[in-house]
Amino acid sequence: MNQPILTEATEPMLAATGLACFRGDRLLFENLDLGVAAGQALQVRGPNGCGKTTLLRILCCLTTPEEGTISWYGRTVGSRDPDYLRDLRYVGHADGVKLALTPRENLRVAMALDTRVEEAALESALADVALEDFMDVPCQTLSAGQRRRVGLARLVLGGPRLWLLDEPFTSLDAAGGDIVRGLIEGHLQRGGCAVLTSHQPIRIDAARSTSIDLAT
Amino acid sequence: MNDRAQNHSLGHAFLVLLKRDLLLAVRNRGELANPLLFYFIVATLFPLGVTSDPQTLATMAAGVLWIAALLATLLSLDNLFRSDFDDGSLELIMLSPYPSTVLVLAKVLAHWLVTGLPLLLATPLLAVLMAVPDDARGTLWLTLALGTPVLSLVGAIGVALTVGLRRGGALLSLLILPLYVPVLIFGANAVGASAAGLPVTGQLYMLSAFLILALSLAPLATAAALRISID
Repeated sequence: MNQPILTEATEPMLAATGLACFRGDRLLFENLDLGVAAGQALQVRGPNGCGKTTLLRILCCLTTPEEGTISWYGRTVGSRDPDYLRDLRYVGHADGVKLALTPRENLRVAMALDTRVEEAALESALADVALEDFMDVPCQTLSAGQRRRVGLARLVLGGPRLWLLDEPFTSLDAAGGDIVRGLIEGHLQRGGCAVLTSHQPIRIDAARSTSIDLAT
Repeated sequence: MNDRAQNHSLGHAFLVLLKRDLLLAVRNRGELANPLLFYFIVATLFPLGVTSDPQTLATMAAGVLWIAALLATLLSLDNLFRSDFDDGSLELIMLSPYPSTVLVLAKVLAHWLVTGLPLLLATPLLAVLMAVPDDARGTLWLTLALGTPVLSLVGAIGVALTVGLRRGGALLSLLILPLYVPVLIFGANAVGASAAGLPVTGQLYMLSAFLILALSLAPLATAAALRISID
């Protein structure tokens, strides 16, 4: 498992070149290049409204950039490329959790949209985010932090190699933050890569993380 | 993954999404009953407001029931993508590696099952209330059975286009009602013709053609519109 990190570390898994994006008439960024190697996390920083979320949405093909291309393992990604979409997992601001459904049902639906997973895997993923006691209660009775964890439980299922996380630590308590940090570190150790936005310092091993500031 | 396994998972995704929407409808029962109650109330307003004379009622019954069904569908359409848009589920659906047209179809099918189908089941009762002639009742039911799925499918395009707007309701009606006109014309006309003892196969074929056209093209347009809305 650790082998690929050594060989691929120099070659970025995910690379973007010359990205430019407008919101209305306002230029958010242009000529933006970035690369993330296997086993690395890229933190996107910058003040509110500088385009962090937009950048993440561009990377997962939800938003089309004005200019620029994204490549995955050296291959340019087209719009809604199924192979690329299968390799990535995006957890946005809104975590896609239905309040009328239980965490188990939410996760089952979210995973079915991607790949087939066993029921036991769903349970262990929910246990990974410390929700084992809340699997079968409606999400409307859960706190914001617990709902956030339901959304984050998708990360560990199906083995996606690229995680795109938009403010993964919002509304999480200290223990929840540690869980997510642990998940990210485990993912990087397995040779995956991650792009995340966060206002707080993410406290991930410096050798494994780089950052990019959109304000400069 | 080979093709068969992939088709299998696509079918699985379709069923899981369909089941989710039905489950959500059952858990929000209040909203489930709204279109049906609306259909009942609009249809009963006509005998009260216009006339209770069975002969006069019979001449306009088909049109009234069709328009009531059409408005009831329109009323329920906003729910189709709104809550998914608000809570981020729509992004998950659009990020699925499976074709979004198929996933959209699952959502539209669920919408029809919780709105179109109940309207269809209530129609025989309202047909008696509106004094629809015996011979025309079967035709009325058949036209609605062919027509209500078209209303859901075509409506989905409009909802997908307006879901990104805060107050898309009025715009949705303006976009969608003109597209409902052909279905209304052939549906109501068939009932009239059948009451007069004329053959209605032509109208039924036409409605079937609308259904097939909507079934094959509307999900494509809906998926494309959703992509624009979440951009």
